[in-house]
Amino acid sequence: MKLTLKIWRQASREAKGRIESLETPEISSHMSFLEMLDVVNESLERAGKEPVAFDHDCREGICGTCSLMINGQAHGPWAGTTACQLHMREFKDGDVIVIEPWRARAFPVLRDLIVDRSAFDRVLQAGGYVSVNTSSPQDANAMPIRRADAEAAMDAAACIGCGACVASCKNASAMLFVSAKVSQYAHLPQGQPERMRRVRAMVEAMDAEGFGSCTNLYECEAACPKEIKITNIALMNRDWRRSLCEEEL
Amino acid sequence: MQLDAKIPAGPIEKKWDTRSFENKLVNPANRRKYHVLVVGSGLAGGAAAASLGELGYRVSVFCYQDSTRRAHSIAAQGGINAAKNYMGDGDSIHRLFYDTVKGGDYRAREANVYRLAQVSNAIIDQCVAQGVPFARDYGGLLDNRSFGGAQVSRTFYARGQTGQQLLLGAYSALMRQVGAGTVKQYTRTEMLDLIVIDGRARGIVTRDMVTGQVQCVLADAVVLATGGYGNVFFLSTNAMGCNATAIFRAWKRGAGFANPCFTQIHPTCIPVAGDYQSKLTLMSESLRNDGRIWVPKAVGDKRAPGSIPEEERDYYLERRYPAFGNLVPRDVASRAAKQVCDEQRGVGEFGLGVYLDFEDSIKRLGRKIIEERYGNLFQMYEKITGEDPYTVPMRIFPAVHYTMGGLWVDYNLESTIPGLFVAGEANFSDHGANRLGASALMQGLADGYYVIPPSIGHYLGTVRSLPAADETHPACRDAERAVTERIGQLLSIQGRRTVDDFHKALGRIMWDKCGMGRTEAGLTQALEEIPRLRADFWKDVRVPGSAPSLNQSLEKAGRVADFLEHGELMVRDALERRESCGGHFREESQTEEGEALRDDVNFAHAAVWEWKGEGQSPALHKEELAFEHCLPSQRSYK
Ligand SMILES: Cc1cc2nc3c(=O)[nH]c(=O)nc-3n(C[C@H](O)[C@H](O)[C@H](O)COP(=O)(O)OP(=O)(O)OC[C@H]3O[C@@H](n4cnc5c(N)ncnc54)[C@H](O)[C@@H]3O)c2cc1C
Ligand code: FES
Repeated sequence: MKLTLKIWRQASREAKGRIESLETPEISSHMSFLEMLDVVNESLERAGKEPVAFDHDCREGICGTCSLMINGQAHGPWAGTTACQLHMREFKDGDVIVIEPWRARAFPVLRDLIVDRSAFDRVLQAGGYVSVNTSSPQDANAMPIRRADAEAAMDAAACIGCGACVASCKNASAMLFVSAKVSQYAHLPQGQPERMRRVRAMVEAMDAEGFGSCTNLYECEAACPKEIKITNIALMNRDWRRSLCEEEL
Repeated sequence: MQLDAKIPAGPIEKKWDTRSFENKLVNPANRRKYHVLVVGSGLAGGAAAASLGELGYRVSVFCYQDSTRRAHSIAAQGGINAAKNYMGDGDSIHRLFYDTVKGGDYRAREANVYRLAQVSNAIIDQCVAQGVPFARDYGGLLDNRSFGGAQVSRTFYARGQTGQQLLLGAYSALMRQVGAGTVKQYTRTEMLDLIVIDGRARGIVTRDMVTGQVQCVLADAVVLATGGYGNVFFLSTNAMGCNATAIFRAWKRGAGFANPCFTQIHPTCIPVAGDYQSKLTLMSESLRNDGRIWVPKAVGDKRAPGSIPEEERDYYLERRYPAFGNLVPRDVASRAAKQVCDEQRGVGEFGLGVYLDFEDSIKRLGRKIIEERYGNLFQMYEKITGEDPYTVPMRIFPAVHYTMGGLWVDYNLESTIPGLFVAGEANFSDHGANRLGASALMQGLADGYYVIPPSIGHYLGTVRSLPAADETHPACRDAERAVTERIGQLLSIQGRRTVDDFHKALGRIMWDKCGMGRTEAGLTQALEEIPRLRADFWKDVRVPGSAPSLNQSLEKAGRVADFLEHGELMVRDALERRESCGGHFREESQTEEGEALRDDVNFAHAAVWEWKGEGQSPALHKEELAFEHCLPSQRSYK
C-alpha cells in the first residue's frame, strides 16, 4: 500500500513548525508503524533530505519513549497499545495519516515529533520514592503483603511514563501519571510512612511544571497504552485532601 | 597489559567479607569532595549512581534516552534470580553459584560468581523495601518460577515486567538523590570518548544530543554501565539505541576487552517477517515453563499445526534432553532449533521457526491461569503477528539477545585503566560463555548496589587526591578535538548509501559467520569482508543534517562506525577460540551428538584483547581460569 503522511516538521525548539505532506514508498501491512516511518526516512535520506525525527527505543511497548499523536489519538487507534506496537494492517492503501508530537505547555517540542518530557522526572524527584538507602534491609518475606494489594500496586506501577495521558487531555493534565505513582505506594505497607508527604509534594511539583488540572474528561484513561485506571486519580485526590489536614510532616 | 584479578585470599565463602574489610574507606565528610561519573542509568548504572549519591559522593549520571527511567533494562520480562530457597526445593548460595558457573560452560571467574550468588538475596530485600511489586502468593509471600538451566524455582518476577519494576525501583532511588542534590543527571547525552590523564580515567567527552555541543566532563573516577552490544548484528532484542561506543572507545584508550565473541542467542523470539524489520521481539523464556516446543517429524510438512497429529510431532527438546526438557539452557535450545530448521523441518513462511505450544497447559491448568502468568506476553505476540497464541501455537526462532563479553574487570570491577570501573552487561564478569535466564538483572543490581560503591570508596581512599585537571588539559583538548573531527568527517562524506544500509550489511556478515554456528573458513572470510565494508562506509556513507542540532542520523552513524570495528574484534576472538563453549559454537569442535565440545586444556581462559593502534592487529592476553569448586565436566542436561 501507499499512504500520504501529514507530519509535523520543526527544526528546533525555537523554530516555527508546520505540517508537511509526504507520499510513502510501498508499505507492507506486516510492518510496525515505526518501521513504516523508517522506510519513509530511508527514502528521504536517499533523496538527500533530512529524515523525520521521532523518539523511540525499545520498540516493544515498555520503555515509554515513543510518543506520536496519530490521527489525533495518542499512540494511534489501537487500545492499550503504544505507537511502536501499532501495525500497518490497521491502515489501507490511499489512507492519509496525520502525525504530530505530544502537545502540552510542559512538553516543549525539541524537533519534529520529539518533545521534552523532563517535567515528569522532576515531579518524581519531589516524592516518587520510598526513602530507603542501599543496605541489607529485613528479609523480603518478613512482611507478607496481601496478594490483592500487591496486584493493585502492580496495576499502577505498570505506567511507562510516556505522557500519552497529558497529550490526550484538553487541559494537559498529568493527574493519571502522578496518581499512578502515588497509588503504587499507597497500596503497599512500604509506602505508608511517607504517604501524606509524598502526595503533597508531588501534586505541588506537578502544578509548578505547568500541567493543567483534571476536569474528569477520562481521555487519559482511554489513551493510556498500559490501561492505567482513572480510579488512581480518585485515590490521589482523597489522599491529597487528607494530607492538607494531617500535620505529619 | 597486566591482568591481575585481585581475588581476595581465603576460602571462597569468605572472600567477599575479606575484601569488604580490606577496602579503604572514605570519611563521610570527605565524600563530597569526590566527583564520580556514571555512564548509563540501567540497573547497573542507576543502582550505582543512586547508591553513591546516598553515600554522599558528588555523582553525575548520563544516558542517551530522554529519561534515566528508559534504559534498556526496562524491557527485561522474565525475572531475577536469588538463592533465597523460599520454595524449600534445595536451593542455596552454593547451588546458584554452581548453576551459574556450569551454565556459563566453565568460562567465568569462580570468585566473582560466588559473590554474585551471595549478594543475590540482599537484592530482593532491597527491592522489596523500595516498593517493587513482585508477584506474591495468597499467603502474601513472594512467588517464584523456574528458568532454563536450573532445577529449582528461584526466579522472582513482577508479571512479565520484572526489568521495568526493578529499574523503576532503582530510578526512584536515583530521583530521590537528584532531588536531594547529590546526583546530577544528563539525559539525551552521549559519551563519545574517555579521558585518561597520567594513566587514570579522569573523565569523558560527551555530546548533547539536542544542541550538538561537545564537551569534556572531568571527575575522580568513571563508571561505565552502558549495557550490551548485541546491536552489532543489526537485528537483536536490544533497544534501537543500544551501542558499543562507550566501551569500545574505552578499549581504544587502553582498557582490555574480554571475550568479545561470547554472544547469547535467545531461543524464544518472534521470527523475522521481512527485510524492513528493525528489531526482534523476545518472548520471555518463562514461557518454556508451560509451553512445549515442537516441529513436524516429516521434512517439508506444511500442514497447519492443528492438523498435525500428536504422533507426527517431534518434541525435540523433551526427546533429546529428558531431564531438563524444554528448560535446557538457552544456547542448547537455540542450537537445537537451528538444527531442526537446517533439516528443513522449520515452520512459518520462511521455514525459520519452531512451535511453542500451550495447548496441553491450557487443558491442564485452564486458560485463566495461563492468562495470569503470561497474559501480557500473549497480547504482545498477537499485536505483532496478528495470531492468537491461545488457539494457534506461537512461532519462535532464536535471536541475538545478550553479550557475555565486555570490558575486562578485576574482582573490584575495575578495568585495566585505573579509575575506570565497568558494571552490568558492559563488563565480562559473571556469565562465562553463556548467561542463564534471570541472571543479568541479578548481576546488574549486584554490581550497582553492592560492588561498585565499596570499590569506588577503596579506589578514592587509596589515591586520596588526584592532581587537579580542567578542560584545558592537553588530554581533554585532544579527546574533544578527535570527537569533533570525527563528527565533521561523518557529515562531510555525503556518499550514496544510508547508515542503515551499512548496518544491515554488517549484521548479515555477523549473523552468517559469527552467529549460531562459526567455522574457521567463515570467520576468516568475515575478517576480509568487514574491513572492506568499513572502508566503503568511510567513502560512501551519507549522513544528512548538521552537527549542532538534534540529528538522529548522525547519532546512528557514530554507533555504526564503532560497530564496524568492534565486529571485526568479535570475529577475531571467535577465530582464535578454537573450541566450542556455551554460546560460542565452533562447528569443528562438537561431540558425536552435536553438543558443544570444550577444550579445557587450551582454552580455560578469558581472552583479553588490547588495542595496539590504528592499522595494527590487537594483542591477545589471557587470564587463566582456575576451577576449584565447580569441576569442569561436559555439560549434560539429559
Ligand atoms: C528483551 C530483553 C529481555 C530481557 N529479560 C531478562 C530477564 O528476564 N532477566 C534477566 O536477568 N535479564 C534479562 N535481560 C537482560 C538484561 O535486561 C540486561 O542485560 C540488563 O538489563 C542490562 O543492564 P545494564 O544496566 O547493564 O544496561 P542497560 O539497561 O542497557 O543500560 C544502559 C545504559 O547506558 C546508557 N548508554 C549506553 N550507551 C551510552 C553512551 N554511549 N553514552 C551515554 N549513555 C549510554 C543508556 O542510555 C542506558 O541508560 C533481557 C534483555 C532484553 C533485551
Ligand atoms: S519505543 Fe519503547 S514504548 Fe515504544
